[in-house]
Amino acid sequence: MIQVQNISKSFKDVQVLTDINIDFLPGKINFIIGRSGQGKSVLLKCMVGLLEPNVGSILYNGVDFLNMDEDQHKAIRQEVGMLFQGAALFDSMTVEENVMFPLTMYSNLTKEEKILKVNECLERVNLVGKNKLYPSELSGGMKKRTGIARAIIMNPKFLFVDEPNSGLDPETSIVIDNLIRTITYDLGSTTIVVSHDMNSVMEIGDRINFISGGRVEWQGDKHELLRSENTLLNNFVFASEFMQEIKENLKGENSKQGE
Amino acid sequence: MTGILGNFGRYFLLMRRVFSRAEKKKIYRPLITDEMIKIGVQSVGIVALLSFFMGAVVTLQTAANIESGWIPKWTVGYTTRQTMIYEFSSTIVALVLAGKVGSNIASEIGTMRISEQIDALDIMGVNSASYLILPKLIASTIMFPFLVLMAMSVGICSGAIVGTMSKATSLNDFIYGIQYDFDSYGIVYSLIKTVFFAFILSTIPAYHGYYASGGALEVGKSSTKGVVYSMVAVMVANYLLTQILLL
Ligand SMILES: Nc1ncnc2c1ncn2[C@@H]1O[C@H](COP(=O)(O)OP(=O)(O)OP(=O)(O)O)[C@@H](O)[C@H]1O
Ligand SMILES: [Mg+2]
Repeated sequence: MIQVQNISKSFKDVQVLTDINIDFLPGKINFIIGRSGQGKSVLLKCMVGLLEPNVGSILYNGVDFLNMDEDQHKAIRQEVGMLFQGAALFDSMTVEENVMFPLTMYSNLTKEEKILKVNECLERVNLVGKNKLYPSELSGGMKKRTGIARAIIMNPKFLFVDEPNSGLDPETSIVIDNLIRTITYDLGSTTIVVSHDMNSVMEIGDRINFISGGRVEWQGDKHELLRSENTLLNNFVFASEFMQEIKENLKGENSKQGE
Repeated sequence: MTGILGNFGRYFLLMRRVFSRAEKKKIYRPLITDEMIKIGVQSVGIVALLSFFMGAVVTLQTAANIESGWIPKWTVGYTTRQTMIYEFSSTIVALVLAGKVGSNIASEIGTMRISEQIDALDIMGVNSASYLILPKLIASTIMFPFLVLMAMSVGICSGAIVGTMSKATSLNDFIYGIQYDFDSYGIVYSLIKTVFFAFILSTIPAYHGYYASGGALEVGKSSTKGVVYSMVAVMVANYLLTQILLL
């Protein structure tokens, strides 16, 4: 479980996050949603220690990440998997070497065992046989999927995923969503997904945190989300006219049921 | 902008990270071999070419400046040897490599920074400073002395070839000159300087790349800065080391 407590973060005079409080539950898929530029990636980076918040604390199973010593950090980090928004693959390495990298650093497996695990992960993300390609030879979606394979190869207890679906076709999107779901439920990992994609929110979201203006504007599950009266949330979720119609119909049904 | 002092502080902190909490030895070995090829082997051509012309020019200039009959003929060979061994090889090679190797290191690490590859290393608990910079530093420290030794030999040989071909000196005089009053300390002195230059040329550009931010344009700028500052540092170190080692 990860608890974010009273996190604020500013860059020079720009306040990006203000007093964020969220509990991320283990074995659940926790979404962070919000419009572009609202600080979702910044929040994620604060949680994994890439950015230092101005105030607040981040508890990993009750221990404050910001006050840990180097050894504790290293131990936690081997249990963290992260997909970056831009995948952040190592340019100089092939797909196989990228995915294998955490194993190379931290495991004592033989070369054959490592390759076996890599191939297993590549199969999960639909990249069988792409082992020897370099990142420059991959499409955007393939990079994402390689990034996911690298993030899950150590069976992370904490999985951070920044925009898994942007740049993917609907079919691959669903494959990735299902993958995130399987991993979370199989490993009981605390999974945190940043996304704009309402499809996957509705498909796999257990817990949804809506961020607006650097604050947590709304929290709840997907059923509550459909019925929420929060204007900002509704403007975000039901942005298109088509979705607004659905919302109206939903309201209609609700009131009929109420009669 | 971080001021000069801020930059110094950040540089030394980075160096401390480079030497602390290194990863397993097994991981560094292939990286170092790779860098030895990239930094050392792939610089052989350019170093050989430049030291060939350097040796030729020194020989011709010395010959042209000796008009007085009082000065012995072997002076041409002697001067070429002294110049190549004491100064040109280590310093010129260092400046050339600042352009070639330094800009490479800065842009490689800078690109990794802006595309979040360094963040990815940090997330995995890898000491990114050590993982990225230490192999380059070790490879430079091993390879630069070889390049300098090669530059010395090539420069002196080219002096002999060009000197005799242009009739500026005779082969016998030249050979007598390069053997005259030979002191191997000159080579030691040059190699000591080279090791310092290797440190400067791998770490200063690495520093500028490591703290690059923004986009491709900034990576270009940090690469330029890395080259310029490492050249300045090489010249300052050259002065200080000469003072310490020769006087
Ligand atoms: N390193 C930084 N330095 C200064 N400002 C930053 C930095 N990183 C992010 N910001 C600012 O913080 C704000 C939030 O950025 P962030 O990347 O978290 O947005 P986001 O919610 O992830 O958006 P998107 O959905 O488009 O990815 C932006 O206004 C951005 O300009
Ligand atoms: Mg983002």
